[in-house]
Amino acid sequence: MSIGVDRINKRFNNFIAVDNVSLELPEGQLTALLGPSGSGKTTLLRIIAGLEQADSGRIEFHGKDQTHEHVSDRGVGFVFQHYALFKHMTVFENVAYGLTVKPRRERPNKEAIRKKVMSLLELVQLDWTAHRYPAQLSGGQRQRIALARALAVEPKVLLLDEPFGALDAKVRAELRRWLRRLHDEIHVTSVFVTHDQEEALEVSDRVVVMNNGRVEQEGTPEEVYDHPANPFVYRFLGNVNLFHARVHEGTATIGDLRVPVPEHSDSKEQDALAYIRPHEIDVLANNESGDAIHAIIKSILVVGPTVRLELQTEHSKELIQAELPKHQFRGLGLLQGDEAWLRPMQSKVFLREEDATNPQESDL
Amino acid sequence: MTELHTSAQATPVQLDRAAQWQRATEEPQWVRRTLIGIALAFLAAFLILPLLVVLVGAFEQGLGVWYAAVTEPDARAAIRLTLLVVVIVVPINVIFGVTVAWAVAKFEFRGKPLLISLIDMPFAISPVVVGLIFVILFGSQGWLGNWLSAHDLRIIFAVPGIVIVIAFGTMPFIARELIPLMQQQGKQEEEASLTLGASGLKTFWYVTLPNIKWGLIYGIILCNARAMGEFGAVAIVSGRIRGETNTMPLHIEVLYNEYMFTAAFAVSSILTGLALVTIAIKSTVEWWEQRTGATE
Repeated sequence: MSIGVDRINKRFNNFIAVDNVSLELPEGQLTALLGPSGSGKTTLLRIIAGLEQADSGRIEFHGKDQTHEHVSDRGVGFVFQHYALFKHMTVFENVAYGLTVKPRRERPNKEAIRKKVMSLLELVQLDWTAHRYPAQLSGGQRQRIALARALAVEPKVLLLDEPFGALDAKVRAELRRWLRRLHDEIHVTSVFVTHDQEEALEVSDRVVVMNNGRVEQEGTPEEVYDHPANPFVYRFLGNVNLFHARVHEGTATIGDLRVPVPEHSDSKEQDALAYIRPHEIDVLANNESGDAIHAIIKSILVVGPTVRLELQTEHSKELIQAELPKHQFRGLGLLQGDEAWLRPMQSKVFLREEDATNPQESDL
Repeated sequence: MTELHTSAQATPVQLDRAAQWQRATEEPQWVRRTLIGIALAFLAAFLILPLLVVLVGAFEQGLGVWYAAVTEPDARAAIRLTLLVVVIVVPINVIFGVTVAWAVAKFEFRGKPLLISLIDMPFAISPVVVGLIFVILFGSQGWLGNWLSAHDLRIIFAVPGIVIVIAFGTMPFIARELIPLMQQQGKQEEEASLTLGASGLKTFWYVTLPNIKWGLIYGIILCNARAMGEFGAVAIVSGRIRGETNTMPLHIEVLYNEYMFTAAFAVSSILTGLALVTIAIKSTVEWWEQRTGATE
């Protein structure tokens, strides 16, 4: 079922958690609500679930108004960051809970419940834990049980609040791939909240980037990553270097380098910042083209197959970070303290006025 | 075989080291012995000795005298009244305690810290003052006295008054026990239950109650022990009518004042016995809690 979020507002005392958010989440897709802490993503998820009441606005499931439905009547599956398994029940009882608390008329018989629970436990590959207690399982296993429990009631939508947040890095990576495969199998409309951009980009069909209670951008992971709508999204989706630039009639200049920026064709002599990701910088040993950006190598860090460089240039306040494959770097023959030349392969230029809307950028 | 051999060799060396090694928090032998000795001496002087005195005093003239003392009509009335009060007061405080703990742990509202500190009031106020407060409130010269007598209701010098002061005095036990427990548990399990389609009542019954079970039992035991033994406030509101408004502690005092020491000790032994049973249940609960807590 599709989820409609229509002009939702929510404040906690003086803090605006969700600021007039409208979204259409299409049926059968896995959407990531991505944002830093305090961006309102969890609050929005809880409002969709009915665990929190919005101050104003509407929530719809498949066009049907849910705004005043009680959480227990909405038919949502909710997975909590800290699992929220019932400690005093076995894994089996946990998964069966949603079925056993149904009113007698709707409740399946014991055998049907048993079958359903066991098939769900097989789905999450934990059928052998049925008679254990949650405390006897690892974090990753508990979260899979929590997911099986949420799926037992055949929810219309599945909502996951930082589902991998409490797990260590390796389990996290495994579990998110597993969630992706699971979603491809069961195709229930799902929304998950995360502050980890890598997780959002890897797992989801759609990404909604939130900040300060507002939606900054939505789209497929590729759209959002390759074409960030504003400086915030650019910065939030990965490491980024900022170069001082000047924009005049559709061309940005950084030092001697000229970059076409057709979107700013009517700007005249304006200060701007060019956003360039570390792996989008080409590092050269000499300035053959004549317009590359001059830099000094401050540090060289080899991380497995890639090399991370920190470089100083007069066009940026902070050290520039560049990433390139080890073999390519070896071929350049550069050492710490050497001169190097930089050429961005891709960049996005934002005028300085735009920064004013984002307090994080104002100090640059 | 070789492995076994080497490990057997290694063991004595390790033991040696353990013996030499003294942890930073470990005190010398004499300090430990002195501290433990002082603790035991206090226990003997202030707990075990009085307990023995009660038992010796109760049974010193034989089982027959003891039996006569505790089955005498006034004594039986006192025991009955005490049990009646417990049966009324404990459920009241269970409801109150769970309600307050629920409100404090699960909701945010103004004046919450004030509410939490007010819960402790009954512990802070002297029982005699508590008794006086209710006499002033419900007594025949009191604020509500005229209204009560007009409706033919008796609270002071009657059972309702005793119930009220004991309920007041034992109010904090269950709430105190549950508030930190429920605060620590948060409301996620309840939220999970609700999203799974359970009603509020089912959520309370299947999720909240099992989670607070041990804390609740523990609170009930403490509340029960105190309700049986409450003296000061009861002495003021009960009017000490023999066979009618005397609870066990009051009855014991009456007997004592009349120089009926054996009878006083006999009734005391029952009260003490109930207390010992309570402590035994409490220890069992703690033991169970630890055991189940360890496996969870």
